[in-house]
Amino acid sequence: MEGRSVVLLLTLALGVSVLSGCGRDRLVRTDDSQPPVIEPDVERREITVPKIKKSDFEVGIFAGELSVEDFGVNTVSGATLAYHLSEKFFLQLDAGRTTAGLTSFERLSGAAQLLTDAEREYSYYNVQVGYDILPGEGFFGKKRALNMATYLIGGVGKTKFAGDDRFTLNLGLGIRLMPLDWLAIHADVGDQIFDIDLLGKAKTAHNIGAHVGVTFFF
Amino acid sequence: MRRWWLVLSLCSLFVAATAAGAERHYREVAIADPYIDLHTGPGVGYPIFFVAERGEQIQLLMRRTDWFKVRVPRGQEGWVHRDQLKTTLDPGGEEFNLPEPGLEDYAARRWEFGAMYGDFGGANVIATYAAHSFTPNLSGEVWLSQSIGQFSDSSLATVNVVHLMYPDKRISPYFTLGAGAITTHPKATLVATVDRTDSLALVGAGIRMYLSRRFVFRAEYKAHVVFTSRNENEGIREWKAGVSFFF
Repeated sequence: MEGRSVVLLLTLALGVSVLSGCGRDRLVRTDDSQPPVIEPDVERREITVPKIKKSDFEVGIFAGELSVEDFGVNTVSGATLAYHLSEKFFLQLDAGRTTAGLTSFERLSGAAQLLTDAEREYSYYNVQVGYDILPGEGFFGKKRALNMATYLIGGVGKTKFAGDDRFTLNLGLGIRLMPLDWLAIHADVGDQIFDIDLLGKAKTAHNIGAHVGVTFFF
Repeated sequence: MRRWWLVLSLCSLFVAATAAGAERHYREVAIADPYIDLHTGPGVGYPIFFVAERGEQIQLLMRRTDWFKVRVPRGQEGWVHRDQLKTTLDPGGEEFNLPEPGLEDYAARRWEFGAMYGDFGGANVIATYAAHSFTPNLSGEVWLSQSIGQFSDSSLATVNVVHLMYPDKRISPYFTLGAGAITTHPKATLVATVDRTDSLALVGAGIRMYLSRRFVFRAEYKAHVVFTSRNENEGIREWKAGVSFFF
């Protein structure tokens, strides 16, 4: 019995001291004129997750030979921009230009000119969809292997030739060699198909070209 | 044209320079699967040349489509498909969470670019556009189109306001109003022709379908009224379809 009252008294005393202690603490804290006893000296850590660089775009230049139907084979050059949608599919914008040569009629007759110099300018742009077939490695000698892929490509575009814009259908086949992850070398052949009625009769012209290009992924 | 070549070659140089750029910090993950395959290139067709084991820390160097170029602690670098990285762990022990654009991102998109092909009053038309979303329903679009016909070609530039009816649904119809200018170039084989530029107004309707990732299929009909200098206006109907991607 006595022991229990002692415990009770002690509990009471403890409670009072704790409460008064809290009270004093509260008093101290409300006193703004005093500097805080302990300066917090912990710097917050900034955690930044590094971003993963994407490289789905491919930009480059090409040069080659383009056979302009009836107007000879001429050197063509241009630029491409591609966006890789998935492992297999890509979209490609390309543009190029060449100057058409003489028809055999013009060459044989001597003076007669079918087109002015400005009309001989052959320029085009295309919007195409490509599909990678046959991806794999190609070997140079015994030890060096390069990543490569063969692709089919097709699309529509505009060709300016003989003073007119012509709606053009494109079909092609290319090889992409990748010596580095950001560098590719292309070799491709393609057919640019449009209707033309320049030489007296309307016909569908097939302009077949072969190109070599270099592109950078970014 | 020459200026274009200059810009393009400068771009190429810049790209080459950044590609060869300085050492940087890469994101690291720990392999949780028993092993992952490293391919020599970003595709299933490229052979597997190395296998990294569970528990190894790998650095994610870059990404191309669904493939990630990684570096393993022993220094080898190769390409891993996203599916195998899904079960790897961040330094915090959390599963490596790779946010892929989905339907929610489609609904919250800000910018969109696309290309379409179709028929413009009997002529072939190739069109490109850029769009900015002001609200989920309402967006503004700038279109540049080129149509190539039998007797004349034309270039169009229009500004459009588009109202999308169900922005959070996979498939939604939309309506559009716009105005712009059309330049018509008659074919050179026709006699005594001159180019002419007229203003035009248009009304249209179409349908959009979210495909996957960042891609949207879109098909539309537009009725144009060209305010010509002749006594009567000219009406041109346009049908086209194409694919766009958004950011």
